[in-house]
Amino acid sequence: MIRKKAYENRKVVMIGIIILTGMVFTIRLFYIQLINDKYLLSAANNVLRYMTQYPARGMVFDRNRKLMVYNETAYDLMVTPRLVHKIDTLEFCHLIGITRDEFKKKMIRARNYSSYRASVFEEQISKENYGYIEEKLFKFPGFYVQQRTLRKYPSPIAGHILGYIGEVSPPEIEANPYYKQGDYIGKSGLEKSYEEVIRGKKGLKIKMVDVFNREKGNYMEGKYDTVAIPGNDLYITIDAELQAYGELLMQNKRGSIVAIEPSTGEILAMISSPTYDPNLLIGRVRSKNYNMLSTDTLKPLFNRALLAQYPPGSTFKLVDALVGLQEEVLTPETRYSCGGVGATPIKCSHNHYSPLSLVEAIEQSCNPYFWNVFRTIIDNRKYRSTTESYINWRELVMSFNLGKTFNTDMPVEKSGNVPDPAYYDKYFGKNSWRSMTIRSLSIGQGELLVTPLQLANVTAIIANRGFYYVPHLVRAIGIEGRIEVKNWERKNTRVSSKFFYPVIDGMSRVFDAGHGTARYYRNDSIQMCGKTGTVQNPHGKDHSIFLAFAPKDNPKIAISVIVENAGFGSTYAAPIATLMINKYILREFEKPWFEEKILNTNLISPN
Amino acid sequence: MKSRTNIGKNIDWWLVTIYLAMVLIGWISIYAAVYDEDHKSILDLSQNYGKQLVWIITSFVLAMMILLTDTKFFSAFAFPIYILMLFMLVAVLIFGKEIGGSRSWFPIGQFSLQPSEFAKFATNLAVAKYLSSLNMDLKKLKSVLRSALILVIPSLLIFLQNDTGSALVYSSFIFVLYREGLPGEVLIIIFVSIVLFILALLVKPVWVIAGLVLLTVVLVYLSRRNIRNMAILVLILIISSAYVEGVSYGFRHLLEPHQQSRINVLLGKDTNLQGAGYNVHQSLIAIGSGGFTGKGFLNGTQTKFNFVPAQSTDFIFCTVGEEWGFIGSIAVISLFVALLIRLIILSERQRSQFSRIYGYGVVSILFFHFMVNIAMTLGLFPVIGIPLPFLSYGGSSLWAFTILLFIFIKLDSYRLNVL
Repeated sequence: MIRKKAYENRKVVMIGIIILTGMVFTIRLFYIQLINDKYLLSAANNVLRYMTQYPARGMVFDRNRKLMVYNETAYDLMVTPRLVHKIDTLEFCHLIGITRDEFKKKMIRARNYSSYRASVFEEQISKENYGYIEEKLFKFPGFYVQQRTLRKYPSPIAGHILGYIGEVSPPEIEANPYYKQGDYIGKSGLEKSYEEVIRGKKGLKIKMVDVFNREKGNYMEGKYDTVAIPGNDLYITIDAELQAYGELLMQNKRGSIVAIEPSTGEILAMISSPTYDPNLLIGRVRSKNYNMLSTDTLKPLFNRALLAQYPPGSTFKLVDALVGLQEEVLTPETRYSCGGVGATPIKCSHNHYSPLSLVEAIEQSCNPYFWNVFRTIIDNRKYRSTTESYINWRELVMSFNLGKTFNTDMPVEKSGNVPDPAYYDKYFGKNSWRSMTIRSLSIGQGELLVTPLQLANVTAIIANRGFYYVPHLVRAIGIEGRIEVKNWERKNTRVSSKFFYPVIDGMSRVFDAGHGTARYYRNDSIQMCGKTGTVQNPHGKDHSIFLAFAPKDNPKIAISVIVENAGFGSTYAAPIATLMINKYILREFEKPWFEEKILNTNLISPN
Repeated sequence: MKSRTNIGKNIDWWLVTIYLAMVLIGWISIYAAVYDEDHKSILDLSQNYGKQLVWIITSFVLAMMILLTDTKFFSAFAFPIYILMLFMLVAVLIFGKEIGGSRSWFPIGQFSLQPSEFAKFATNLAVAKYLSSLNMDLKKLKSVLRSALILVIPSLLIFLQNDTGSALVYSSFIFVLYREGLPGEVLIIIFVSIVLFILALLVKPVWVIAGLVLLTVVLVYLSRRNIRNMAILVLILIISSAYVEGVSYGFRHLLEPHQQSRINVLLGKDTNLQGAGYNVHQSLIAIGSGGFTGKGFLNGTQTKFNFVPAQSTDFIFCTVGEEWGFIGSIAVISLFVALLIRLIILSERQRSQFSRIYGYGVVSILFFHFMVNIAMTLGLFPVIGIPLPFLSYGGSSLWAFTILLFIFIKLDSYRLNVL
C-alpha cells in the first residue's frame, strides 16, 4: 500500500505520454489530410488513366457522291516508359519486328517526352499484326495498343486536292491546345483547310487501374467521360472521273489542268502534274515516302494549279479585248493591219490576210492587233497621264481576279502578278514609261503572272458573260446526317456583259473557222470556245496554254490547261482541254485521233 | 463462485464497448481493403474478411472462457504459462513455417498460429507475478536484472525468428518497471541514449558533439555556483561524446554494407521509393488523399487497387484514413487514447498488486503497438511490422490481444473480492 502510494503519481507521466502521442498523430493527420494536397494528386496519378478516344475523321465524297477518302482502323503501340520493367527485349523486338537499336532509340524518344505519360512507340500497326501483338502484350508491362484511324483512298487520285494528315508538330501543339503529342492533323490540301470540320472532337475515358496497371473499370461510373464525336463528311466539287482522266492525260508531262463549272464556281477537276498516289502518304510508310517525294526534282508535292505562276501569253488577248471594248477604244468592227507602222514593235507570226477584225484577230491570235488595242487603252486621251490610264487598265484587269488571291477554301494559293505602277516608276523612273515601254503586257508577257486557277476563272467569267462565283472545292458539309450546302459569293467584273459576245464569237472561231488555232480538235456535237497561248520561256521550250469553255450557250465547263515546255498552245494544251470537255459533257465518247497521241507523249523523259 | 453465476457483474463495460468498436472497425476496414467485385459478401470465407469474422467469433468465445475462469488461475499459473510459451517459441524455430521472411508460424490446417503473439500476455503474467512478489525492490540491481531476464528471453527468441518488430514490443515493459519503482533517471538515460544513438547515425558525430558541448556550456553557466554540478555536467558530456563517437565508429567499421543500408532505410536516410520507402509513400498517399471526410466506404482507390502493401494487416490504418478521412482517423486514435487511459485508471484502482502490474503491462503492450503502428503509417517512424491491436487482420494477434485484455477485465471485475 505504501509502495503504491509512493509511485501513484507516475500514472500522470504515463497518461501524459499517451495524450501527447495522440496529439502528435492528430497534428500529423491534420497536415497530410487537410493542408497538403500533394497526396491527393499522387493518388489520382496512381489510379487514373486518361485514355483519349479518337474520333473518325470525316469522309470525302465527290460531286457524284462517289467515295474519295474513308477511314480504316489502325493501331498505334503506346508506351509508358516508367511502367516498362523487366521485359524480354529480344522477344519484344521480334514481336514488333524491329531491331534492338531501334528499340533503344524509340524508348529514348518516349522517355524524352515523358516517363509517366504514354506516347506512340510504333505507329500504325496493321490489322493482322495487331491481333498477334495484342495476344502477347500482357508480357510487356507499360505497353498498350491505342486504336486510331488511317486515311484510305479508293482510287489513287487527287492527292494535291485532298492533302494528307500527319502527327502534329511542336509549333502546332503550341498554337492550339486542342492538340496533344501523337495527334494527327491535316498537313495540306482539304485535310488542312477543313481540319476543324473533319477532325471531329476527341473524347476522353478515365479508367482506374490497380497497382499492376490492370484496368479496374470506369472512374466515377464514367461521369467525367466524354464521347468522341466523329468528324463531318465533305462533299466536294470534284468529279472523280474527270479528275482521273485529267491525271491520265497529264501523265509524263509537267503542268496543270483546272476545270470549273462556270454557273457555280465549283472546281470540277484540278490536276497538277506530276502528281502522287495519296496512299503513299499514310501509315508507317508516310515519312519514308514523304522524304522521297519532297526531294524529287520534278516536285510532285508542289501543287502547280494553285502555286505555279506563268505569264498568260496569248490567252491574255481576251482580257485585252474586253478591257478595250469596255473603255470604248475598240469596237467589234475595229480593224488593224498586220504590217506598217502600227505593227512595228510586235510582228505577226502567222500568215493571214490583213487587216483583221476583232473576232478574226482572236481566232488567229494576231499579235499586232492586240498591241494596238493595248496602245489605245493606255494612250487614251480621257486620262491625263499614262500612269492614270494604266491604273484604270490595271483595275479592270484585276476585276477578273488577276494579281490577287481568291481567299477560297484551299490552304495555299498564289496571287499572280499585275504590276503596280510604282513598279514601273521604280524600274523606268517616274513618268518616264509609255505604252510602248510596257508593250509586252499586251500579249500576256512581261511582268504579268497568273496561276492556272486564275486562268480557268477568267475562262469561267467569259463563259458567264461577265461574272464568276469564287472557285471552290467544297459544295456541302455533312453534319450529323444532314447535308449543309455552302454558299459562295458571286462577283462581277467591271466589263459589261454585252462586250463578251464578240470575244466569245472569236473564241468559237478558234475551233470552227478555217484559220482557228484549235481547228483540228473541233467536235461536231459540242460547240466549244477556246484560246491558245504559247508562253515564251527564257529557261527552255515554250509553255503550251489553252483556255476553253463549252457549250457556247449555257456553258457547263470552263477549263485552263498548261503544259510546261511543250511548245505551241495548239499542240498539247488544246487537245488536252478538248478531251477533258468531251469527257465531262459526253462521258462516253468516240476516242478522237489525238487521244492516243497525248497519252503516249512523254515530255519529262522523252526517249 | 458468485462470479461464475453472473459473469456480467462488475465487468467494466467501457473497456468491452471500446473493444467491440475496434474489432468492428477492423473488420469493416479489412473488408474495404480486400474488397473486390467477385467476392462481394462480407461473409465469404475464402476472403480475409470472412476469415476475420471467424477469428472475431472465436475471440468472443475465448473472452467468455476467460471471464468464466477463476481469477486465481492466472496468478497461480503465471509462470507455467510463461514457460510453456517459451517452449512454443523454441519449437516454432525448429518446426515452424516461414511466412514473409519470419519463421514464426505453426501451420494448422489452412490457418497458421503465431506463438510470438501469445508470448506477450504470457510474459505480462510472468512479469506481474514476479514484480508483485514480496521481496521485490526495483531500486535493487538484482531485481531489475531478474525482471529484465523475464523480458529478454522471449524477446531474443522472437528476434531469432526474424520478427524484429514483435521482439521490440518487450522494451515497452520499461513503463511497467517505471510505475513499479524503477528510478526515473533510468528512463531518462535510456531515452537520451536512444536519441543520441539515432542522432549519431543521422548526422555527423562532430555536429552532435558540438551540440552537446553547447548545451553543457549553457547548463554549466546556469549552475556556476555549484562546482559539483559543473563537474558532473562535464563528466556527462565526456561520456555521451564518447558514446556518440563509438556508435558512429561501430556503424561505419563493424557493420557490413547491407546491414548499414538496412539501418539507413530504418532511419529514413534511404528514400528509394521503389524499395523500402515505397510502403510509407503509398501509405501517406492513401491517408493524405482521404481529406476531411474521406472517399467513402469501398471508394478508397489506393487501398482497393492494392497500392498499399499489407493493407489489411500492418497498414490497416490507411484504409481508415483514406475512406473515412480525418474524422475517421481521429475517431480511431481517440478510441485508443480512451482505451489506454481507461486501463490506467482501472489499474490504479486495483487492490491486488498483481492485477495492477498486469494492467500496466496491458497498457504498455497496447501503447507500443498503437504508437509504432500509426507512426509508421504516418511516415513518422521506420517501417516495423507490427499489427494495430484489434483492427489488423490476423487470427493469432486478435486472439492474443483479446486474451491479454480480457484477463485484465476479469481481474478487474474481481478486484473487490481481494482483501
